[in-house]
Amino acid sequence: MTGTAQRLQITATSPDPALLDLPWHIPLEEWPTEHLAALPRGISRHVVRFARLSGRVIAIKEIGETVAHREYELLRQLRKLDVPSVEPVGVITGRRAPDGEPLEAVLITQHLSFSLPYRALFSQSLRPDTATRLIDALAVLMVRLHLAGFYWGDVSLSNTLFRRDAETFAAYLVDAETGDLHDRLSVGQRSYDLEVARVNIIGELMDLQAGEFLDEDADAVAIGDALAERYQELWKALTEVESFGYGERWRVQARIDRLNDLGFDVGELDITTDVDGTTVRIQPKVVDAGHHSRRLMRLTGLDVQENQARRLLNDLDEFRAATDRQAEDESFVAHDWLTDVFEPAVRSVPRDLRTKLEPAQVYHELLDHRWYLSQQQHRDVPMSEVVKSYVKNILPSRPDEQAVLGTRVEDLRDADAGDAPRGGGDDLDQLIG
Amino acid sequence: MATVTFDNATRIYPGTERPAVDALNLHIEDGEFLVLVGPSGCGKSTSLRMLAGLEDVNAGRILIGDRDVTDVQPKDRDIAMVFQNYALYPHMTVADNMGFALKIAGTPKAEIRTRVEEAAKILDLTQYLDRKPKALSGGQRQRVAMGRAIVRQPQVFLMDEPLSNLDAKLRVQTRTQIASLQRRLGVTTVYVTHDQTEALTMGDRIAVLKDGILQQVGTPREMYDTPANVFVAGFIGSPAMNIGTFPVLDGAASVGQSRLALPRDVIGRIADDDKGHITVGFRPESLDVVPNGTPDAFPVVVNIVEELGSDAFVYGSLTDEFGQASQVHSGAGDAQVIVRVDPRQVPAKGESIYVRIRPNEQHLFHAGSGERLSA
Repeated sequence: MTGTAQRLQITATSPDPALLDLPWHIPLEEWPTEHLAALPRGISRHVVRFARLSGRVIAIKEIGETVAHREYELLRQLRKLDVPSVEPVGVITGRRAPDGEPLEAVLITQHLSFSLPYRALFSQSLRPDTATRLIDALAVLMVRLHLAGFYWGDVSLSNTLFRRDAETFAAYLVDAETGDLHDRLSVGQRSYDLEVARVNIIGELMDLQAGEFLDEDADAVAIGDALAERYQELWKALTEVESFGYGERWRVQARIDRLNDLGFDVGELDITTDVDGTTVRIQPKVVDAGHHSRRLMRLTGLDVQENQARRLLNDLDEFRAATDRQAEDESFVAHDWLTDVFEPAVRSVPRDLRTKLEPAQVYHELLDHRWYLSQQQHRDVPMSEVVKSYVKNILPSRPDEQAVLGTRVEDLRDADAGDAPRGGGDDLDQLIG
Repeated sequence: MATVTFDNATRIYPGTERPAVDALNLHIEDGEFLVLVGPSGCGKSTSLRMLAGLEDVNAGRILIGDRDVTDVQPKDRDIAMVFQNYALYPHMTVADNMGFALKIAGTPKAEIRTRVEEAAKILDLTQYLDRKPKALSGGQRQRVAMGRAIVRQPQVFLMDEPLSNLDAKLRVQTRTQIASLQRRLGVTTVYVTHDQTEALTMGDRIAVLKDGILQQVGTPREMYDTPANVFVAGFIGSPAMNIGTFPVLDGAASVGQSRLALPRDVIGRIADDDKGHITVGFRPESLDVVPNGTPDAFPVVVNIVEELGSDAFVYGSLTDEFGQASQVHSGAGDAQVIVRVDPRQVPAKGESIYVRIRPNEQHLFHAGSGERLSA
């Protein structure tokens, strides 16, 4: 019996009773396949498994008890700070094997739907600049974490998940084990975090090269260095003090516009003038990421990634111009765009193909496809035709990215060894130090 | 390799009044293994992070060797944070896993190989260098991770609670491994832990901190035998020292109904703010179980006996006969004492035993300041 030998303690804000049905009396490494959801995993020093729970997927990590509670709390705080990170589900302690042997505590997080570890991204035939786009996403994530006062301590591609965001990616923090929240980070903390990130990324890319998943010729060191550069640029744009003459006050608005373009809103701007009032200094005090996604959310209720939002907003603007409704209240136009344009388009994707990509990503690809068809046919191809062509010609060849559910685990193991750059099966997760 | 010097190093977090680390003065010798230990919030991790360059130093300086690194970026300090990240890369050989950071730094190939081979020799990994991590045992993998730090040949190793996420058994094993490896390498090491047993077993010297203030630095033996104050006395040693504060009458401390004679020079040094009292500490092993009626003995009611095979400890209560029972505290709680007894003559629960402090094995402290009185 499972229940007699162990006294489980579950820490969670809203515990799902189905948690109790999972075989906690068995070490994670030996869990029977019927409980597992075989999803691609990153390199970890702990044993990590994905399991199915009430129709969703959770990630389970075996880890020391104090560390588990600490990471759970940190992840909760990060969610409150609105930093992109995985959602903590809970901590389970008091596990025991039937012979009485105590088992390690586990930290449970919600699997991020439609998210991809970098190893899976490299295993797909993506455009050659994938690495660059992943690095850009990670730089944005790091800047956001650092602005929020979070020192990561072990930044790496393995500790990050990526979601498609139109042409680019959005990065999410998945491992907060080595992290700390501070009121403000010191320059030393930021620079050390960045150096750890640089070295880890280069190491991970070198590993992909050693496994022949990444071209030998790709310059791993240059890609790692690019992260440091991108980070510095972005940090500067978000925090730098700018001085200019009193007559150039337009530069205040220009700065705000530039930050909006980067996807950030200025929550508070510090403006000071010198004694005789000839020079103005400005410095953003509070910046919030997600300028476009917030605007789209306000207008349509759609909750999507930043660049997807930007793309959708552009389409909304075009709709507004095409229907000649510039004078009308934006929210009315947005409502009509949503019900007349967006929803019909994504609904016309057959049900069995809906797990391929998120609706917003599908719409983004539809816009791309419309542009392509229109170019080809030298006319404005209507959305209904675009959808038909896309569903017929493009979408079926896309990999299923929601989660690899409903597949037999044995099959996935094989697929794993073939697709993802992993030695095969579960060996990787045993690489505890 | 190098010395490390904290010179009045102070860290004050914004918005707080009390420094997290208050004018720390500490000199660590070349090749020394120094353990920073103390309860949570004592400033030990902050001190380590100041040395690493992760925390700003608000006043004072930090030196590595003769070089003032107070304002030097972490990556330029020539230090290695060991165990921060030790996931191994599955497709790289053990040698590449150890040497990739050197490759990134642009070190010539031949030199990387030499350094990796040297490190492998020390770590007993030579025969595995061309294998993949998959082929290694858990312990070997951990050594590869250590190898990563070693090949960089840093001036100083920094370790912040590196064993905290290991289970008890692996913790003891790894503890020994780290300590012996450090001695073989001879690299100056600063190690942070909250666990005084870890500190005693690993460090050449131990620095105890409390509330951001350095309490005492010394060898494990010095810390155990001559704690500088009541805090260190109670913190170092397991089970903890029994400590109580008693009135001084006629050249002796009145310990309940018994008298503990005090050296003349100690009595002369009792200060005004001690208010005629003295704090006396006695370790569980400094008590003898004696027959009832023995002069200066006091009774202890046995609550629990902890039998450890080689040792046995009585956790007992003091009785009213002791008078100042509530003034005594120990690892077991207030009005409780811990007594080491002969493991072959263990008293029963509920029984009363009589114990006496062995002559000259008491520790005497100012009742006011808590500072050590006896030599």
